Amino acid sequence: MSETTYVYSMCGMCAVRCPIRVETKNGMVTWIEGNPYVAGMEGSLCAKGSAGLAFEYDYERPQSPLIREGARGEGKWKKASWEEALDYIAERIDKIKAQYGAKAIALADRGGLFTDLTKAFIKALGSPNYLDHDDTCAKNVNMAAQTLFGYGRGDIGYDFANTKYIVLFGRNVFESLQVREVNNILDAMEKGCKITYIDIRATVTASKSHKFLMIRPGTDYAMILALMHVIIKEKLYDIEFVNRYFKDFPELESFVTQYTPEWAEKETGIPAFEIVNVAREAATVKPKVIFHAGWMLARYIDSFYASRGLYLLNALMGNIEAKGGLIIAKGAKDAGKKGLRSLAEGIPEPQDKIFDADMPNRTLGTGHIVNLYKAIKTGEPYPIKALFAYRYDPMVSLPDPDEQKKVLDNLDLLVSIDVNYSETAWFSDVILPEATYLERSNIICIQKGQKPSFFMRRQAMKPRYNAKEGWEIFTLLAHKLGAGQYFPWKSIEEIWNYQLEPTGYKIEDFDAKGFVSLSKDPILMPRDAIKFTTPSGKIEVISDKITKIGAKSLAEYQTPKKPDEGSFRLAFGRTAVHTHAQTQNNIYLNEIVPENHLWINEKEAEKLGIKNGDTVKVSIDDYKGFIRAYVTPYIHPEAVFMYHGFGNEIPLKTRSFGKGLKDNKFQKGLLETVDPVGGGVAFLNAIVKVKKA
Amino acid sequence: MSIYYIYQDHLRCIGCYACEVHCKTKNNVPIGPRLCRIIPVGPKMVSGIPVMHFIFMPCFHCEEPWCVSACPTGSMQKRAKDGIVFVEQSLCIGCKSCITACPWGVPQWNPETGKIIKCDYCKDRVDQGLKPACVTKCTAKSLKFISAHEASLLKRERFVRDTYALLYG
Repeated sequence: MSETTYVYSMCGMCAVRCPIRVETKNGMVTWIEGNPYVAGMEGSLCAKGSAGLAFEYDYERPQSPLIREGARGEGKWKKASWEEALDYIAERIDKIKAQYGAKAIALADRGGLFTDLTKAFIKALGSPNYLDHDDTCAKNVNMAAQTLFGYGRGDIGYDFANTKYIVLFGRNVFESLQVREVNNILDAMEKGCKITYIDIRATVTASKSHKFLMIRPGTDYAMILALMHVIIKEKLYDIEFVNRYFKDFPELESFVTQYTPEWAEKETGIPAFEIVNVAREAATVKPKVIFHAGWMLARYIDSFYASRGLYLLNALMGNIEAKGGLIIAKGAKDAGKKGLRSLAEGIPEPQDKIFDADMPNRTLGTGHIVNLYKAIKTGEPYPIKALFAYRYDPMVSLPDPDEQKKVLDNLDLLVSIDVNYSETAWFSDVILPEATYLERSNIICIQKGQKPSFFMRRQAMKPRYNAKEGWEIFTLLAHKLGAGQYFPWKSIEEIWNYQLEPTGYKIEDFDAKGFVSLSKDPILMPRDAIKFTTPSGKIEVISDKITKIGAKSLAEYQTPKKPDEGSFRLAFGRTAVHTHAQTQNNIYLNEIVPENHLWINEKEAEKLGIKNGDTVKVSIDDYKGFIRAYVTPYIHPEAVFMYHGFGNEIPLKTRSFGKGLKDNKFQKGLLETVDPVGGGVAFLNAIVKVKKA
Repeated sequence: MSIYYIYQDHLRCIGCYACEVHCKTKNNVPIGPRLCRIIPVGPKMVSGIPVMHFIFMPCFHCEEPWCVSACPTGSMQKRAKDGIVFVEQSLCIGCKSCITACPWGVPQWNPETGKIIKCDYCKDRVDQGLKPACVTKCTAKSLKFISAHEASLLKRERFVRDTYALLYG
């Protein structure tokens, strides 16, 4: 007799965490689909989401705790019980704490919606050192948003479903995709919404846009300044909105005077009239217009200013808190409800400051992973000797893995907690296998938005190997490490009940749909009473936060270096079928895109004698790699491009082992090259040589 | 022809290959064969846009399926009730006649069983009143499982709407 059950949960194949419905038969997952009750999902799932089934039944993933036997990265492991692995960790942590104090322990978390647990854990250990991956992602965007509006990037949503015009600077919405966003944009397009897409190469998003403008790499900020110039000069902005909400508008007006479209044409290669057109088209339908301010915008040393300029363009359109524009995400309180109780409640604040609170040459914010490497390397301001990497793989996401290994070798303990053999796990002392997203429940999270909801990821089947759920791993660790009193949990239900206690909701309220909606209707602030959480309560063109670190709020544009003949800026990005470096070994996703190629402009290729499909040598300093060329007119001549996440060096992942090239190996010497204000890594400063092999 | 048809809305398709994976996970298809395919065409410059098309290629479930005529064992069959063309695995001898016969290369070789597998519109789902996996979970809601009759209605209306939108929109 087969017993079929359904569980509402959240996908875990990428960080979007789409709501899903999971079917199990006799305790085994047999079918995953998008949650039918969530608008924009209604069954839909991307390739990665469906391939979650193949991931679940894969054996090429950690199956038990492992303790390193050989040198770091050598790949010699001893299978261990949980007890042994935890004891191994505890013994080393005790020594580190005795010698350097608790502050020598850091936890680097991928980040996301469930970080209340990990933040509570590191706090319970008495360390202030919690980090996420944002330096290689949205840090510049987040800081740009905060300095203008007081709200972070995650607190500002895009109302694609109701918009009329979308301007995307390299935001490849149809390949670096989120299911709901894709459907909202396509629905808007069916109702007449137009898209202008600006990028250094023609992506699928370019193909589906109404206007594609190929831009010279590193000159987005020039075009953004020129757009502001046109909008202000031609008085295309929402005058009432600007008068009411802008602080320092005259400064902005006089600053952008110098940046004419004709000037920008010389920088960007985009004709001046096209820039003027974008400004006018946007203004025609304002406020139902969106200038996407960037998702992953760790690219150049001026990406912070580019993103800030994009947010300013939105504000000039008066589209903040307007239908079809940018809407401040609402939480439980905005919906008149009580929020979830934090697991960190009652845990005393650590005595020490986070390691990069007072570092020289400070960028905005703290908890930068790039700064953690500096601290590990120099021991300043204090030694960091233990690092927990949770669901996080800096060895493929930060530049220069060889340099990283040298730095990380200063650690006395490196622990990876992951569902995959990540490159970082492979270099670790201990790997603790986490149960997959189908095998685990997580703490309840809130998804803020126009209509905030509580969401639940719920275990659909028991772990197939000797893996444990994240909440249990951190609970066990806390007990071993002398912080058990803050982690009294015996089951996930106990945690859920504790979290839900102030809200009045019960676990059963999640049974029917997997989530609890906190508001029936979208919550919008009144047009004449939008609250900005900056010191002035306004949109701050000039921000004290920026001034305080010795930088300018309005920074002059600087022309990026043009690569020499035969050299190119190395760009990287996503395909719709892979998540960063996590899925290349998945049988079904590997079948569709097994390796990456090097996009190169056809005219440049011709100069170098390279034909489509040829093997080419890519090099920087003394490092080189070989890859097949994809020769196309649809990439800017100054850049080459490859998909990120290939070139796996872990032999246990046999399908992806040695396939393609790893872009971050070519980001030599860039580990400390960041946007000097936003702090995001300037990945595209990598200049490589290309030759026919 | 089967009474069903899978309509692909090209304006919505984003070429994400999800349909292929939905199909493979549902039908437990090994590496190699693919019961449906997305075949990219382009990019080609059209009015300044580097246009790509992603052509969805399932089985068309012909009224007069050549694969069925070519099959010497009666393994390849057409369902009387709705015209779905499918392989009865117990009868297939792996002779590959159907691969030769089908103009679109729909029948697929299963290297694990040495037999043919092919798109059957997920007939077990259809029999439960559900839609094929590729349609049910299509990322962008581009694929629609409709009757052949609806398909031509939709196609004609769409053609006029798109053409006029281009000319006068």
